[in-house]
Amino acid sequence: MTTTPADTPTLQPRPASPNQAGQPARTNRPTGRWTDLGRRIKRHWQLYVLFLPPLAYVVIFLWGPLFGLQVAFRNYSPVKGITGSDWVGAKYLIQYITSYQFWPTLTNTLILNGYELLALFPLPIVLAVLLNTVRSRAYQRTVQMVTYAPHFISTVVVVGIIIMLFSPTGGVVNQAITLLGGTPVDFLAPEMFRHTFVWSGAWQTLGYSAIIYLAALAGVSPELHEAARVDGANILRRIWHIDLPAIMPVMITLLILNIGSVLSVGFEKVLLMQNPLNLSVSEVIDTYSYRIAFSGAIPQYSLGTAIGLFKSIISLALLLIANTLASRVAKQSLF
Amino acid sequence: MTVSATTTPGDPDVDPRGPRRGTAPSRIRDSRVDQAFHRVNLLVLGVFTLMVLYPLVYVISASVSEPSALTRGEVWLWPVGLNVDAYKAIWESPGLVRGFANSVAYTIAGAVIGTALTVLAGYVLARNELPFRRFLTLFLLIPTMLSAGIIPTYLVVRSLGMLNTPLAVILPGAMSVFNVLITRTFYQMNVPNELLEAARVDGADEFRFFARIAVPLSFPIIAVNMLFYGVAQWNAWFGAFLYLNDSNLFPLQLVLRELLTQSQVDPSQISGADLGEITKKKELFDKLKYAMIVVAMIPPLIAYPFVQKHFVKGALIGAVK
Repeated sequence: MTTTPADTPTLQPRPASPNQAGQPARTNRPTGRWTDLGRRIKRHWQLYVLFLPPLAYVVIFLWGPLFGLQVAFRNYSPVKGITGSDWVGAKYLIQYITSYQFWPTLTNTLILNGYELLALFPLPIVLAVLLNTVRSRAYQRTVQMVTYAPHFISTVVVVGIIIMLFSPTGGVVNQAITLLGGTPVDFLAPEMFRHTFVWSGAWQTLGYSAIIYLAALAGVSPELHEAARVDGANILRRIWHIDLPAIMPVMITLLILNIGSVLSVGFEKVLLMQNPLNLSVSEVIDTYSYRIAFSGAIPQYSLGTAIGLFKSIISLALLLIANTLASRVAKQSLF
Repeated sequence: MTVSATTTPGDPDVDPRGPRRGTAPSRIRDSRVDQAFHRVNLLVLGVFTLMVLYPLVYVISASVSEPSALTRGEVWLWPVGLNVDAYKAIWESPGLVRGFANSVAYTIAGAVIGTALTVLAGYVLARNELPFRRFLTLFLLIPTMLSAGIIPTYLVVRSLGMLNTPLAVILPGAMSVFNVLITRTFYQMNVPNELLEAARVDGADEFRFFARIAVPLSFPIIAVNMLFYGVAQWNAWFGAFLYLNDSNLFPLQLVLRELLTQSQVDPSQISGADLGEITKKKELFDKLKYAMIVVAMIPPLIAYPFVQKHFVKGALIGAVK
């Protein structure tokens, strides 16, 4: 946002921002409004020209695919094109919902992402609270510096590290297990796949996800803690009564957002970690949609799009439900 | 709610939060619970940090250890022996070198194109007096919230005739609306309207003001965008996987993926040679994978300290707004 050097611990909430709310139009005279608007457009025509390249990008690559979503309701044929293909209504949505792959892919998606949410939602909060109580600035910075780093590593590299280090034949983790008297574990096997997926995710994202909570904690006045100390509250009580309430709004916001994306996390990583042996637990809606569209003998774009659309609709519904619940229970909502 | 960054520039010693709790010359002594807590806390965080660090160190160590030591399971943390054969093998393999060169080219192109689009959009949307500004902002925001998915995007790329060309790797994800918002905020805060008024009095039109004043004033945000798009493009593989057939165009990440899946499916693909030869090749093959992981992982890790604080801010804006 600004050029000033800023770091996580020094971030503070700003009560009101002049830029976000959008300012009232400056020229709001009741008379001659339309001619005035015309004059303003004319005066700024060069700005519209500057906006043309990003506008072209947005129209082609962001709105174009949205427009193309209609192939979910058409029998897409490459010869006839998107708009020329025949309408078939909800045929493909129904075909997916009634197919034998529907329940396995849906439950796999829900279990994998639900597990991820349960494990990876609270841990960054714990990490942030712990980091916030560290007194040595250097120690705090070192921990932050190291734990953010995996966020910048590509998914392919992370999965590569999993494959190499956790390999049942010669991986260092299984060497250690054997040395301690255990039998080698195949971490990509069906019974381990979900754990490997979620906890490697923890390795990669925990540090980075803690940032937002650290920022909220930085806004807590030190005087509150001093006063509580004087009153004899130990650190656990101070965390419970001062720190946690301070980050509650952020927690709820992030929880709503996470629930909204509970069906769509980690497609690329799941695809990379899939192998023929673990498909029974690793085939999620996204990878199934991808496989239907691209891996078969005949590409079924319409069915694949319909499956993706099904997921988007459910996600939106979940987001709205979570938002409503949050506004009822915690008197807080996104919109 | 909005979280923003406020600091005292150029004065790293002053913590704007005031005296940190605990370090303050407090007359209250730590209770026993507090003391115990702080000790356990340092220990927990230390262990966690080492756990994060370990795989990274191990991969590097494995890539430069003696292959036989690696196979015998003697490498635990630090390299055993020193052997850079795997890096030599990468250097001598045309496919791997081409993958690296492709990645460099995609990274530079992605960084330049993405930054250009983002700066243009961010600058224009920052101009409050522009008619339809809010409409244009929404026009950018709506499709990011209702993302259409892989297949419709694929159909767009195909209908543009971009399949199996480098454009398919660079263009579809070229601009992030998220970055546009960050850039817009930067312009709102750093290019004051008075400057524009003054330039207008001096006879500068919008183009000139943008090129001569706004862009030079925004080098920091341009650098951040370059690094952001560069890292994203360097790490990307799925676009190339989906749109490219010609392995001569593959970026490094995709080459690495192919390399990793190869042995996963077929560990005994080397035939004909005697047993010793096979073992040696297998040993080198494993080492090669470690070395490739290192090559694919290092550039973003080098860039990361420079962009860290800005990524942090980006994460905040995105998550809270």
